[in-house]
Amino acid sequence: MDLAIPSIDIASLGPELILSIAAILVLMVSVFLPKERKDPACYLSLLGILFALASSVTLWGKPKYAFNNMIYVDNFGLFFNMVVLITAGIAILMSINYLKEEGMSHGEFFALILFATVGMMFMAIGSNLITIFLGLETMSISIYVLAGFLRERDRSNESALKYLLLGAFSSAFLLYGIAFIYGATGTTDLKGISVFLSEATYLNDPMLLAGTGLLLVGFGFKIAAVPFHMWTPDVYEGAPTSVTAFMSVGVKAAAFAAFVRVFSYSLWNLQPDWVLLMWILAVLTMTLGNIAAIAQTNIKRMLAYSSIAHAGYIMVGMVASSELGISSILFYMLAYAFMNLGAFGVIIVFERKGEKNLDIEDYSGMGFKYPALALLMSIFLFSLAGIPPTAGFVGKFYIFGAAVKEGYIWLAIIGVMNSLVSVYYYLRVTVVMYMNEPVKEFTGITWSPSMVIALIIAVIGTLLIGILPSPYLDLAKQSILLMM
Amino acid sequence: MLDYVWLVPIFPVIGVLINGLLGHKLSKRLVGFVACSVIFFSFALSVLLFLSLLKLPPEARSFEKIVYTWIATGDFKTNIGFLVDPLSIVMMLVVSGVSFLIHVYSVGYMHDDEGFRRYFTYLNLFVFSMLVLVCSNNFLLMFVGWEGVGLCSYLLIGFWYQRKEPADAGKKAFVVNRIGDYGFLLGMMLIFVTFGTLNFYDVFQSAHHNFHVGNLTITAITLLLFVGATGKSAQIPLYTWLPDAMEGPTPVSALIHAATMVTAGVYMVVRCNVLFTLAPISLTVVAIVGVVTAVFTASIALTANDIKRVLAYSTISQLGYMFLACGVGAYAAGIFHLMTHAFFKALLFLGAGSVMHAMSGELDMRKMGALKSHMPRTYWTFLIATLAIAGIFPFAGFFSKDEILWNAFQQNTILWALGAGAALMTAFYMFRVVFMTFHGESRVDEEVKEHLHESPPVMTNPLIILAILSAVGGFVGIPIIKGANFFHDFLAPVTGGHAVESAKITLTNLAYASGGHASAAEAGHHSIGLEVLMMIVSLAIAGIGIGLAYYMYIKNPSAPKKLAQRFTLLYQLIFNRYFVDEIYDFLFVNPIKRGSTLLWQIFDAKFIDGMINGAGQIVKWSSVGLKRVQTGYVQNYALSILIGVGAIIVYFLYM
Repeated sequence: MDLAIPSIDIASLGPELILSIAAILVLMVSVFLPKERKDPACYLSLLGILFALASSVTLWGKPKYAFNNMIYVDNFGLFFNMVVLITAGIAILMSINYLKEEGMSHGEFFALILFATVGMMFMAIGSNLITIFLGLETMSISIYVLAGFLRERDRSNESALKYLLLGAFSSAFLLYGIAFIYGATGTTDLKGISVFLSEATYLNDPMLLAGTGLLLVGFGFKIAAVPFHMWTPDVYEGAPTSVTAFMSVGVKAAAFAAFVRVFSYSLWNLQPDWVLLMWILAVLTMTLGNIAAIAQTNIKRMLAYSSIAHAGYIMVGMVASSELGISSILFYMLAYAFMNLGAFGVIIVFERKGEKNLDIEDYSGMGFKYPALALLMSIFLFSLAGIPPTAGFVGKFYIFGAAVKEGYIWLAIIGVMNSLVSVYYYLRVTVVMYMNEPVKEFTGITWSPSMVIALIIAVIGTLLIGILPSPYLDLAKQSILLMM
Repeated sequence: MLDYVWLVPIFPVIGVLINGLLGHKLSKRLVGFVACSVIFFSFALSVLLFLSLLKLPPEARSFEKIVYTWIATGDFKTNIGFLVDPLSIVMMLVVSGVSFLIHVYSVGYMHDDEGFRRYFTYLNLFVFSMLVLVCSNNFLLMFVGWEGVGLCSYLLIGFWYQRKEPADAGKKAFVVNRIGDYGFLLGMMLIFVTFGTLNFYDVFQSAHHNFHVGNLTITAITLLLFVGATGKSAQIPLYTWLPDAMEGPTPVSALIHAATMVTAGVYMVVRCNVLFTLAPISLTVVAIVGVVTAVFTASIALTANDIKRVLAYSTISQLGYMFLACGVGAYAAGIFHLMTHAFFKALLFLGAGSVMHAMSGELDMRKMGALKSHMPRTYWTFLIATLAIAGIFPFAGFFSKDEILWNAFQQNTILWALGAGAALMTAFYMFRVVFMTFHGESRVDEEVKEHLHESPPVMTNPLIILAILSAVGGFVGIPIIKGANFFHDFLAPVTGGHAVESAKITLTNLAYASGGHASAAEAGHHSIGLEVLMMIVSLAIAGIGIGLAYYMYIKNPSAPKKLAQRFTLLYQLIFNRYFVDEIYDFLFVNPIKRGSTLLWQIFDAKFIDGMINGAGQIVKWSSVGLKRVQTGYVQNYALSILIGVGAIIVYFLYM
């Protein structure tokens, strides 16, 4: 065994490096900033995100392996990079004022968001199970801390602890799965695995199949698929709302990026083995998420279950796994980022210190008192429910369309029926906002400039993708060319 | 320049957004100003487009602007795309031009209405939809406009929704239109199944190359499309909604239910003339439905006493003329009449609105009379429009109506005779309106009399402009003299009429090649002497109608009563509009209502509701159940993961 020193190709890691440096700078700078005056730290992190985005754009369209095949910078990975970068940017914009109100404005918060984003990006471009695992852990550890960031609040601590315990539990399964796969194929390189499987004559190796199953568990936990979803409502409810927004989109996007790369490409030859399981998990995830959401009274919990249901919809795209199926997953992820972040943004605007105004009932009469806020909320909820002309509608249309095209008609029917169920709880909020009398005094809301920018980005994204979908679908289609 | 066609419908949208979202913060003046100016921009842009289209040689006057791909899934692909060609530009000019005048008029007419802002938001939305309808380059986008105008029509008929009649009339219009829309939808689906595309150019080219005259599929498509046209353009059997639509504000009647929306069906048939020309059966149906509607509804207009109802039945009758023109293959003549009709019928409605304005909302002509001296501007403009619709030389209606009758005459004398009969009735009932309203003895109530006044300039100026158009608008289409029928020649690339041989088939010159049917009728064996004779006959017919009206309503005011007594049965039949509404109620509405009630009480309330509520209950219970599983204990959650792991391993190893 000879050890070659891998060629170092810094340029391929541009976005990740920029973001890491930005994170370190944020940490250093914020030491010198007076307490409660941490604004320069956020600007610095936003700047880092912008540069990372620009750097991703320059890498577009030139797929290449780097660092001894540990990463593969292709359009697919870059697409997800951009989604998580946008998510991080919006989440930071939404956090600035929120943290001030909670009295927890610390530079570490922004650095952690950036580190988590770096982890997510490694998951998206990783072309080796080890890279993906490292990315996943980098992301997870940052998120554990972020979930418990409001350390004086019990629920925030509870959230962090639960996520840490269960996250560690599931990471073990993922690692175990990687070990099994290595044992069966002799490599952790995604392309190597794929080559091995295409040449192998005997695919029923129990070690290989068990490894596949355990990988499924590991990814299933991160995307909150049933039955690995139980942590979601508790963690989402307890975490600071802007962190919930960030993790509900960012973690899911990164996990799906890796999930798709591993299953729909590397393990494609095992597709006949895993597709039925994926089918069952998709149905369970959609259905359970939607049904459980109905009974929720807390809006963050409701959106937690809703995010479980959306993971189910995206899994429908994985079952289809055709070119259209994969590109519709990418499209959906982009749409989901805008609409879900937007909905959480409205929640943050309306929320008051100490977890006030988080019950759906509190939204009664909001349509008259704060018409602009209620209108925004309605747009995001309509989009989540999949009603045209919003991004959510087009996303679902393409995903279910892909399923029908590949012959999974029942899956599409179940998916559409699930969307119907979801309309009930999304519209309930709208009904409460516009048709109920206020149950208590409104305490006033604060529009911070950064939040306004974030909401404007989210609403423009939601409507633009809904009305002019084709450029984004083309982008998604371009992204899956030349994968692997 | 032509690239900017997409802006034509966009301007009204800006108006909708401003007035719809911010209207409650703006003053009435500003709302009116915004609404009018956006339409003016659309009109000005249409004029510019028209001028740049004129610069092109005739066979190149077709321009498609694809804005973006709207839907693309599998084999189905549709663009948001616009088409500029002679036909669409004529429609754009008419729609935006007449709309602008009516918007201005509305500022005065609706001034004291509480729903001023809502009114202009709807009106702008209507213009947007109508422009989308006429600019679209494919059937689906056209259908979007088609449905959009239907929605706006519903909203505006029921504008005073607090009163029962307008609300009911709106509903009726909507429901009747749905029947037609269903036909359009089926036709569109059949087009997609047959041609694999909904783009006008592709469909027409493929139809031209691959189908023979008399093909059954094409016949079915065209008949279905025509069902759509009868709904929107109020033809037999779906015309009953239009008279009721007069419950809306009068400018709305002028714009939507006379000048623009109701002509959408005619536009659609002319747009699809390549298809219709391939289906002689459909053309015959179109011609017969058109002419029968023209005669039938003209006769109802003879006895109506409500000024707006007379105009409504007159509109239906004139639309019948346009379909007659299409049916005999004279598509250009149909569009010509569409344009002149837009001028004089809008003017008639606006004049009626001006009268109503002065009469405190009175509509019954039996309570009018001798208004001429009180409102001279309204009178003179109204008279010009009446002369135009009656077909008196040299007013606009003469040229267009005569062209239709001449084409009908060349095809079939019976069609001509019926058309001429309708023309006679038209001249009669329109002058009946003029005489009863403006001449003779005043029958106005005393209290109303004190308030009689001419309308403000913001209302009369549009009347004057429309009057000028009604007077001279016909000169763009002078018959007989070769080369003087500019209108006809301009439309020829779309509607055919000349045999032009061209190697390269485009949407424009496609019509040249396929216009065999049309050219036979229009350019056929011309006998100038005969054509001049027919014109004199038309004029004589109109003259007889006017004379009769003069005799019965000025000379000898007791004549109508005597006549009614003499032919009681006939009079009652016509006066009650042939009981068509009652027959429809008896045949369709009531059985459906009874059946629906039955379904509602038994099937819906018990079975469906039971199922739905049951399903809802089950979901709710399971939801609560799931909530209970969510204990909050990490060890339970870990157990759930472990169970999942176990199940997955078992699945992989033993399945």
